[in-house]
Amino acid sequence: MIALSDYLILAAILFGLSVAGIFLNRKNVIILLMAIELMLLAVNINFIAFSYFMGDIAGQIFVFFILTVAAAEAAIGLAILVVLFRNRQTINVQDLDTLKG
Amino acid sequence: MDFERFIFYVFAAILIFAAARVITVRNPVHAALHLVLAFFTCSALWLLLEAEFLAITLVLVYVGAVMVLFLFVVMMLDINTSPLREGFIRYLPVGLGVAALIVMEMYLVVRARNFGVDSMSIPARHPEGYSNVREIGSVLYTDYVYPFEIASVILLVAIIAAIALTMRKRPETKSQNPAEQVAVKAADRVRVVQMKAEEKQ
Repeated sequence: MIALSDYLILAAILFGLSVAGIFLNRKNVIILLMAIELMLLAVNINFIAFSYFMGDIAGQIFVFFILTVAAAEAAIGLAILVVLFRNRQTINVQDLDTLKG
Repeated sequence: MDFERFIFYVFAAILIFAAARVITVRNPVHAALHLVLAFFTCSALWLLLEAEFLAITLVLVYVGAVMVLFLFVVMMLDINTSPLREGFIRYLPVGLGVAALIVMEMYLVVRARNFGVDSMSIPARHPEGYSNVREIGSVLYTDYVYPFEIASVILLVAIIAAIALTMRKRPETKSQNPAEQVAVKAADRVRVVQMKAEEKQ
């Protein structure tokens, strides 16, 4: 049978992959957004695994809310991306230095 | 190795492969499609954990809505990907190093000694008539009703924000203004001219 640690290790590997994705694609905003979605997925796997193994439904409710917020975040992020591309004709993070931060 | 474990390993392998492809492929469209694959296999894993409602929600909301939105945006923007790939090789060692470190640390916490079968016993499967949706609903609309309504407000704000951000006035397009058309009076259109009657020739 599958133990809780198997799910947790799988989620940890997924999280590590998405962190590596943020390092590797640090110029492409679209891939950065996708890496964030992967991170949220890894966290959701943890929540659901704990919810199942501890017999508590609250973890699944929390995942439901995370999905809601993540959908809102993706919609607004992509809207900002479209406006950005319309104004600057680029989505390269390197070129977005107007604020001189 | 029983069948359930075999299924878990197959889906875990597909999930990790898809995630690795998302962060390494050159074409953003391929990355989005591999992300769809990752979400699908993850929903299969959630079915193994008896979270049926969330598994279906993941497919409907993420694969059906969010990823389609991603694909729309990727295809709408005319992106030259070659400058975006600069530094990929340069940051490969440090990225993989940090990721390996994070996975290593997490493994030391969540390994089988701490969360294995001995410390967390595997719960019995639910009986045949058990409904995951009914259980979630019975909690969601009673104990969590205020967070639920806040979530709906967040979605509303997201809708308004996305529309407000992307809407723009285009002065070069010709369009009719229905309000002006309705407000027109007869006096604006017809001019009555007083003049003397002319003699019949």
